[in-house]
Amino acid sequence: MSTILSRLSVAALSLAASLPAMAAGPAMDSAEKQSLNVPAIIMFTIFVGLTLVITWWAARKSQSASNFYTAGGGITGFQNGMAIAGDYMSAATLLGLTAMTFSQGVDGYMYMIAFFVGWPMILFLMAEPLRNLGRFTFADITSYRLDQGKVRTLAAVSSLTVVCFYLVAQMVGAGQLIKLLFGLDYIVALFVVGALMMVYVTFGGMIATTWVQIIKAGMLLAGGTLVMIMAMAKFDFSYPKLVESVTTVHKLGFKLFTPGSLLADPVNAVSMAVGLMFGTAGLPHILMRFFTVSDAKAARKSVLYASGFIAYFFNVIFLMGLAAIIIVGQNPDFFEGGQIGGKIIGGGNMVAMHLAKAVGGNLLFGFLSAVAFATILAVVSGLALAGASAISHDLYARVIMKGKANERSELLVSKLASIGLGIVAVGLGILFEKMNVAFMVGLAFGIAASANFPVLILSMYWKGLTTRGAVAGGYIGLVLAVAFVLFSKSVWVTVLGFEKAIFPWDQPALFSMPVAFLVAIVVSKLDSSVAAAKEQDNFDDQYVRAQTGVGAAQAAAH
Amino acid sequence: MQAFYAHMRENPKYQELVAKRGRLSWSLFAIVMVLFYGLILVVAFKPALIGQRVTEGSSLTVGVAAGLTLFVFFWFLTALYVRRANGEFDRLTAEIAAEAKKELGA
Repeated sequence: MSTILSRLSVAALSLAASLPAMAAGPAMDSAEKQSLNVPAIIMFTIFVGLTLVITWWAARKSQSASNFYTAGGGITGFQNGMAIAGDYMSAATLLGLTAMTFSQGVDGYMYMIAFFVGWPMILFLMAEPLRNLGRFTFADITSYRLDQGKVRTLAAVSSLTVVCFYLVAQMVGAGQLIKLLFGLDYIVALFVVGALMMVYVTFGGMIATTWVQIIKAGMLLAGGTLVMIMAMAKFDFSYPKLVESVTTVHKLGFKLFTPGSLLADPVNAVSMAVGLMFGTAGLPHILMRFFTVSDAKAARKSVLYASGFIAYFFNVIFLMGLAAIIIVGQNPDFFEGGQIGGKIIGGGNMVAMHLAKAVGGNLLFGFLSAVAFATILAVVSGLALAGASAISHDLYARVIMKGKANERSELLVSKLASIGLGIVAVGLGILFEKMNVAFMVGLAFGIAASANFPVLILSMYWKGLTTRGAVAGGYIGLVLAVAFVLFSKSVWVTVLGFEKAIFPWDQPALFSMPVAFLVAIVVSKLDSSVAAAKEQDNFDDQYVRAQTGVGAAQAAAH
Repeated sequence: MQAFYAHMRENPKYQELVAKRGRLSWSLFAIVMVLFYGLILVVAFKPALIGQRVTEGSSLTVGVAAGLTLFVFFWFLTALYVRRANGEFDRLTAEIAAEAKKELGA
């Protein structure tokens, strides 16, 4: 046991070391601490209390691996749709996209469509095979006919890379936000988030994580809708009136509705679209949600509900961002020194929060703050669970123990892994406090699109894929995505302080994803080994199961 | 299980299922790709068009109108797929599995 643990900790350490080296760079504007926000703290305490009760209830059910990883497959389509929407709409989405619309107008809307459009694709091409072939992690699908050891190691490495980057981005955002909203110290905030996440995941497993997501998604939809309605009331619920008022005051004028600086470079715009669309279909914590429902029917329904909620909410965010241009942007109370057009108090990400305060006073502000905190907590828990599953189910049970691990020790490893990930998340959060981590979410999507998605979709649909091809394509995609981001402006110039970026675009996916596909296909074609022939033969049976679900992992009795 | 799968594969209904579902899902996927990347290419190469008013004096712009249309239309496509897959395709699947079960006595 101790050797396994030490191996795992070595893996975790080397992952941490693979993050871009820390160097002197311009620090992110660190948020100033606010006085204690009482309504927010009360509402957040209620949320935490409720989720802890759920965790306590779930803990009694989470004794089996299937309950721990996938809630026993007993989540309904509607519940899973809410949970997916909850997983997908992080605090960064709410705050970042409102801020983007506020300052860049229609650019924000184009980003939102790119964030949305992965969902129809997942439904048409992936929902059935995912549910019918998978059980606990998406590597169950890629390793169905390929070499377990190699393919699962690849999946675990790329999943953990994605999870770590995503976690750091969420943790740093969480610390800054909580400092601002609740008046807690950055480090205290990180410990609160880390500790609660460990409690949810280790005790409650997927059941608790799912319910945290569902409650949070409900709060987010309700809170956002309320703010949007109260904001739109100031414009008599008239979109034309909103547009005419904002374009008269915004410094971009009517150009607000023309794509601006974020999408100015054509290659960048297309690469952003590719990365966000295909990245969605390769995020381990999102893919994992497909194993929590009983069958393909429920999996499809969950995408229908999830994409409905997501599409609705993005449009709410767009209206919030536009309305904020007048309601927040013309109110000196929200600017430092009362200087309209100057620096917004707390930074651009606070626009949504200021809007809530402006239209609904301290109570609505407190509610939205609590929603933001709950959102971070829920997303972080989902990520930790996905990371822990990659470690325990893929690395420990299948690669190291070669399928001979018993359920108890596998569960123990996954609980230890969640605690380990919690510690890593808090540690990296402290390490990266002063850094601009905005690139990390984009990088997570880029890696997911370049390493996970090509291998996954090829293994589902292309008979010719072999282990060598999958492994070569997956690792090339992973390395290229990381390297391109490392050499791009956001890391090479902003973080590392070099003068000029070597890779001129922000999002790597347009380049790294096609290369990954190409390498996987070419290497598979050149692979004439006996193992390869057998893997290709096994495709036909896999395809029958993917299409019909006969032989698929069943839901546990509930 | 292998005999089971082999039997199902030979069933003409299975081939019908795979062909029908493949046609539907890949055409829907193609529609999404063409419309979405069409919009992105306009954003990339003809950005001025995105900011134009839909009609003279309208406050609705081409980009917002197109975006909203895509949100609604893509969601409508997901509903369309779910309806057919959860009805017609699942019925076919159940028949195929039942026939294999009956003949192999599993």
